[in-house]
Amino acid sequence: MAEREQIHHKPSESNVDHEPINAEATVDTSKAADLLDEIDAVLEKNAAEFVKGFVQKGGE
Amino acid sequence: MSVKRIMGLETEYGISTPSNPSANPMFLSSLVVGSYSQKIYPDMKIRWDYDLENPLRDARGFDVSRAEADPSQLTDEALVTNVILTNGARFYVDHAHPEYSSPEVTTPQEAVIWDKAGESIIYQAAKLATQVNPDGEIYIYKNNTDNKGVSYGTHENYLVDRKLPFSDIARVLTTFFISRQIFTGAGRLGLGTMDREFEFQISQRADFFETLIGLETTMRRPIINTRDEPHADPNKYRRLHVIIGDANISEVANLVKLGSTSLVIGMLENNLLNDLSLDLSDPLYALRQVSRDLTLKENLELKSGKLVTALEIQEEFLLRAKKWIDQAGLHDEETDQVLYWWEYCLNALKSDIFKLANCLDWVAKFKLLTEIKERDQLNWHDPILQMLDLQYADMHPDRGIAKLLERRGSLMQLSDPASIDAAVKYPPTTTRAWFRGQSLLNFSPKIAGASWDSVIFDVSPDKPLVRIPTIDPYKGTKQQLGDIFEKSEDVSSLIDQISRI
Repeated sequence: MAEREQIHHKPSESNVDHEPINAEATVDTSKAADLLDEIDAVLEKNAAEFVKGFVQKGGE
Repeated sequence: MSVKRIMGLETEYGISTPSNPSANPMFLSSLVVGSYSQKIYPDMKIRWDYDLENPLRDARGFDVSRAEADPSQLTDEALVTNVILTNGARFYVDHAHPEYSSPEVTTPQEAVIWDKAGESIIYQAAKLATQVNPDGEIYIYKNNTDNKGVSYGTHENYLVDRKLPFSDIARVLTTFFISRQIFTGAGRLGLGTMDREFEFQISQRADFFETLIGLETTMRRPIINTRDEPHADPNKYRRLHVIIGDANISEVANLVKLGSTSLVIGMLENNLLNDLSLDLSDPLYALRQVSRDLTLKENLELKSGKLVTALEIQEEFLLRAKKWIDQAGLHDEETDQVLYWWEYCLNALKSDIFKLANCLDWVAKFKLLTEIKERDQLNWHDPILQMLDLQYADMHPDRGIAKLLERRGSLMQLSDPASIDAAVKYPPTTTRAWFRGQSLLNFSPKIAGASWDSVIFDVSPDKPLVRIPTIDPYKGTKQQLGDIFEKSEDVSSLIDQISRI
């Protein structure tokens, strides 16, 4: 639970705009490009056929 | 009561074998559940006990006669499609999907942990099943639609005070569920129920709901589900079965979904929302409207004629929740964390949604789709983008896009990873799930069956089975039974000591 405590603040005491956790979300172009490269590497190659083949039966 | 109450999450996972798309999903699902069951209980068969599934029988509480009548039947047919795990969860085949129903917990934080443990379990199970599957590798998805007309569910369960009139629940929660999509949505590339129109929308589920209120979950799905099967004393409690949520991989989304809903129920139980006038004039229309409005600025029409945005509705609920917790002095760590993230999400949604690309599933997905669409100059209907939408929910740790984001720290993880690992094996300590799970951990060869509201022990071949009812979800905790378990060397002494309480 240690991590939870780290990122826990009372709303009134913190300005969310300055939270360190926001750093990741702001656009760092080199990091963003890295991420897209990583995604390209794992994304299924035969996309059209793959998506077409994903057929489910109802549940719930 | 603050944010704390008995709750749990059920997830039906999408399942397929891309090397043979026509493979039978019922077969695949039972292979997944059966393989895992065999791994954790190699020498034995624990059946799901259906006896108390019927709410009419709940009231009786105790029933050994049927068990005595046909003990041999207790070990066969239900095996591969139904298993109780040592963490207290139920892992089974529901129609054509493997389903993980988390154990009962008392906080949204715990619910997130045992739901994450479920992701780990389903992946391990699929890996084991793949080894014996004639159709090749089994892929598992934590999503809610195949974009071909079919949706499968992620259901939340909350234990609610029976005294609260259901009409109040239905009235307030209709508005709440429609507006909470702005943080609970898992994102979907597709409009309508079929793969005809490709635009991005916030929710996986919004387009599959057709009525306001009802008992159905598979057809004509209602925003408010009326299933009333408390798995607890029906005079004291109802179990609110929420079927309208998306499957969240994001821990923040899951935490805020469960936490804010529990707080709203708490306010209802305390009669704090009687003056709330946020009834929508056309809820089903508003449901789709919110899911399609990526600007979050569209007005929804209220019955009063007033116009408000989904964000403004959520802000009103948040404001009231904070006021309630302050005035009633109900602050605790878990409640404060929920309030913090709820407010954080609403503030960020108001200023710049992309601030939440590391917090919410729909924003994370939308950002990636948009970036790849622009980089490669694609149209929304391009199969690559559809693939990305699907693969976001792939549970394979190397292949799944949300998993990849989590690994990189680009999708926030609130829980301690060690707690999630532990939750794969161990039950939560604060509910009857502890008794169920700990019984299985210590004495699994002596257990003939278990369910939410009972554990059945097979003490010895010449004695009748003994059912220990667990009708009260708050009883059977580690605090209550820890000592007894420690002192019990065998199942007979355990039953002995429990019956003396």
